[in-house]
Amino acid sequence: MNAQHAATASNIVPAFELSRIDKRFGFVDALQDVSLVVRAGTVHALLGENGAGKTTLMHIAYGMVNADAGTVRVAGSTVRLAAPLDAITAGIGMVHQHFTLVPTMTVAENLALGGRGRLSRGTMDASARSIADRLGFSLDPNIVSGELSVGAQQRAEIAKALSRDATILILDEPTAVLAPGEIDELLRWLRGYVAQGNAAILITHKLREAVTVADDVTVLRRGRVVFAGPVAATSVESLTRAMIGTTATTSPDEPIRPAPVGVTEVVRADHITVTDREGQVRLRDATFRVRAGELVGIAGVEGAGQRELLRALAGRARVSVGSLSRPTRVGFVPEDRHRDAVLLNRSLTENVALEGAGRRRGWMDWGGLRARTSALMQRFDVRAIGPHTAMRDLSGGNQQKLVLARELAFSGGEQHPLLVVENPTRGLDVRATGAIHEYLRHACATGAAVVMYSSDLDELLSLASRVLVVFGGRVHEATNDRESIGRAMLGLPNTT
Amino acid sequence: MIFSGASDATRAPWRDMRHVRRLAPVAVVVGALLAAMAAFVAAGGYSPAAAFAALWSGSVGSWYAFTSATLVRAVPLMLAGGAVAVAFRAGVFNIGAEGQLLVGAAAAAAVALALPMLGPVAIILSLLAGAAAGALWAGVAAILRTRFGVLEVISTIMLNFVALHTVSLLVRGPLQEPTHVYPQTATLVERVQLAHVPGAGRLHIGIFIAIGILLGCGWIFRHTASGFRLLAVGESATAAEIAGQIDVVRTMRQAFVASGALAGLAGAVEVLGVTYALYENISPGYGYTAIAVALLAKLDPWRVLLSALLFAALEAGAGAMQRDAGVPSSVVTIIEAILILVVIGVQALRARESPVISSHDPARAAE
Repeated sequence: MNAQHAATASNIVPAFELSRIDKRFGFVDALQDVSLVVRAGTVHALLGENGAGKTTLMHIAYGMVNADAGTVRVAGSTVRLAAPLDAITAGIGMVHQHFTLVPTMTVAENLALGGRGRLSRGTMDASARSIADRLGFSLDPNIVSGELSVGAQQRAEIAKALSRDATILILDEPTAVLAPGEIDELLRWLRGYVAQGNAAILITHKLREAVTVADDVTVLRRGRVVFAGPVAATSVESLTRAMIGTTATTSPDEPIRPAPVGVTEVVRADHITVTDREGQVRLRDATFRVRAGELVGIAGVEGAGQRELLRALAGRARVSVGSLSRPTRVGFVPEDRHRDAVLLNRSLTENVALEGAGRRRGWMDWGGLRARTSALMQRFDVRAIGPHTAMRDLSGGNQQKLVLARELAFSGGEQHPLLVVENPTRGLDVRATGAIHEYLRHACATGAAVVMYSSDLDELLSLASRVLVVFGGRVHEATNDRESIGRAMLGLPNTT
Repeated sequence: MIFSGASDATRAPWRDMRHVRRLAPVAVVVGALLAAMAAFVAAGGYSPAAAFAALWSGSVGSWYAFTSATLVRAVPLMLAGGAVAVAFRAGVFNIGAEGQLLVGAAAAAAVALALPMLGPVAIILSLLAGAAAGALWAGVAAILRTRFGVLEVISTIMLNFVALHTVSLLVRGPLQEPTHVYPQTATLVERVQLAHVPGAGRLHIGIFIAIGILLGCGWIFRHTASGFRLLAVGESATAAEIAGQIDVVRTMRQAFVASGALAGLAGAVEVLGVTYALYENISPGYGYTAIAVALLAKLDPWRVLLSALLFAALEAGAGAMQRDAGVPSSVVTIIEAILILVVIGVQALRARESPVISSHDPARAAE
C-alpha cells in the first residue's frame, strides 16, 4: 500500500487498530479488553509500568503471541496474525528492545534475512545501502553486526524492520540505549517517517519523550487501558498518575553532595589506559579520584570508552598502563542484566551465591546464603515468594533490586566500599527506578563510593555529585549542567 | 535441591498443580514407550506378549537376571552417564564418553597386564590409569576448545574414532595376546580382577565404585564451591565471569577433565570387572547410551543412578528378547531413541506451557 492511499484513508479509517484484545498466560490475565487505535501520520505512545502488558500487546500486534480474543485491523481490514511473517506481510515492522540481529552476520546479511530467491553480495549491499539512504542513516552494510555500537545496532534494527516497506512501525523502548543526541535524532527521524503517512507505536518509560514526540497516547495498567487520547489533552503529571495509579511521589531530585577534600579516596586512578580484547585502546591516560560518600556520574556516548572505564574500576578489565588503586572487592551492576548479572533459571539464593563465587573455596553454606537472600529481599523490597523462586519469575525491577542488593552488601552485612553501576534503571518502570535511586543514595549516605554510568543524562544529573565525561577514550571532569555535559559528550568545546 | 517456583501470589495456582505436572510426563513416557514397543514388535511379525515376557525375565524377572545382566550393564552406564552429566552441567558438550571409555579400558588393561604380581595395588593403579587416560583424552578436546575455539561436539566425536582404532591397533600389536591369533589382549590373572559381589552372580564390586562416585558427584554439585561454579558456567558463562568473577576457561577445563576421568574409569572398571581382557568391541556403545542416561536424569548424578538402571534393564532385556522371543534387539535400540525423543519433547512442551514468551526478557513479557 502506498503513502498516498493511506493518507486519504486516514480521515476515516485508522492505520492500525487492536480491538478488545484478551490474553491469559495460565492463570494470569496479561491483557483484558485492550483496544488501541493508531491514526495514520501519527506517533502513538504506549505507556505503562513494567508488567503492565505493553510488550505482550505489541507481541500480539506483531504476531509473536496469539491473542485469546480480539481482532487486529490494518487500514480497516481484519488481519490474522499467526506469526511475525503475517505481520510483516501486513506492513507491520517491529524494533525489539533487545536486539535481534545475528551478531556474526554483516548488516547487509541481516537485512537480507527473510528474503526470498537468489542472493548475491552485490544486491544485498546495494539494497542495504538504499534502505539506509532512504532512512537517512549512516550505516556500513559490510560491518559485522556484533561489532556495531548499540546506537548503530539500533539503526540496523530499524532498517531491518523497514526493509520490507512497513507502514506501521512498532518501537519497544528505542531510546533506552541511546545518547541524548542520538535520541533527538531518532525522534526527529520518527516524525519524518510518520509525516509520509505512516504510523508508529512508541513504547517508552520516558514520559517527557512521549509527550514531546507523540500525537496520541495509551496508558496500560495491569493489563487494562486506563487512559487513551491525544497528548494535547494531557500532561506529564496526569500520565504519571494513570501509569502508577497514585500521585507519583517524585523523589527530591537533589544530587548527592560531593565529598569534601580530605575524605578517604576510594579510587585513585593515575594515567590509566585500558585496552579491549582485540587489543584496541579504549581508554587513554585517565586520571581521577573517587571519594567515599560521593556518586560520580560517568557520561559518554556509546563506545566512547566508559564501558571499559567501569569494567576496569570493577576489576573486570585489566589496566594495561598506569596505576589504579581500588578496593579488592567491588560491587558491580552490569548494564545487560540477563547476560552478565544473573542466572535466569536458578533460584534467588543461587544468584546471591554467584557474587564472589570465583573466590569461594570449600563448601557452599546454603543455609546461610538462603538466610542472607531472605534478608536482602526484605531490606530491598524484592517481591517474590521466597529465596527459592527462580530469577526468571521476577519482574525486571525486582531482578534489578536483587542484583543491586547483592552487589551492595558483603556477605557479612557490611557494605562494599565501592559500587560500580552501569545503566542501573534501564528498562525499569517509574517505581522501580525510584527504589533503585533511593538505594544508591542510601549507599552514599552510609559511606560507600558509587560510580554510575547512565545513558539518561537527566538521571545522571539528578544523582551525581560530579560528572566525568568520556569522549574518544579521554576522561574530562565536567561542570554539573546539562548543556556543558552534552557538549563534552560530543567532543565539542564549551561555549561558556 | 533448590527448585524454581512461581513469583507472586497471582500465579500461586501453578504451584498446586506442580506435582500433577511433574508426574504427568512420566506417565506419558512410560505409556508411549510400551505402545511404541508393542507396535514395533507386532510390525515385525512377533508376539508382543512373548517379547515383553522375555524383556521382563531377562532384566528384572529374576535375581540372577537383575544382578548378572542388569546391574553388570548398569555399572559402566552409571560412570559414563555421570561423565556426561558433569560435562553437560558446565555447558561442555562432551559426547566423546565412548572414546574416553575406550582409552581408559586400554590403559587399565595395559597396567593390569604389566603388573600382575601386585594384586590389589595393581587394581588401584589400573583404575587410576584408566581415569587418567580418559582425562587426557578429554583434555585434548579441552585445549582445542579453550585455546583454539574448536567445538567439543566435533572434536570429542572425532576422538571417539581415534580411540576406537587405537584400541584396534593395540590389540593387534603391542598388547596382543601371546599366541598372536586373536585381536585381543591376554586374559587378566584373577589377582587383578575386581572381586564378585557375594551372592550376586557376575556382579562385581565395581558397582560400589560407581555408586560411590555418583553420590560424591551429586554431593559436590550441591555442596561445594567448585560444583556451584560448574553449574554457574553451564547456566551462563558471561554471568559467571562478570557477576561471579569465575575463571570460565579454567572451570570448563576442569569439567572436561573430570568428565573424561569418569568415562575412562568406566572403561577400566569394565575391563577389570567384566571382560578381563581388552578387545575392539569391549563397549557396546556405553559412551553413547550414557548421553541418553544423563539427559533422562536431567544431568543430576543422583538421578543418573536410576536412569542408568533403566537403560541397563532395557539393554539386558533386549538380549533376552532376541534369544527367547526371536525379536531383534534393535527394537530396544529404537525404543531407547524414542525414549530420549519423548523426554526432550516433554521438556520442551513444559517449557512452552510456562508463561514465557521471549527468551530475552521473559520476566517482562510474562506479566
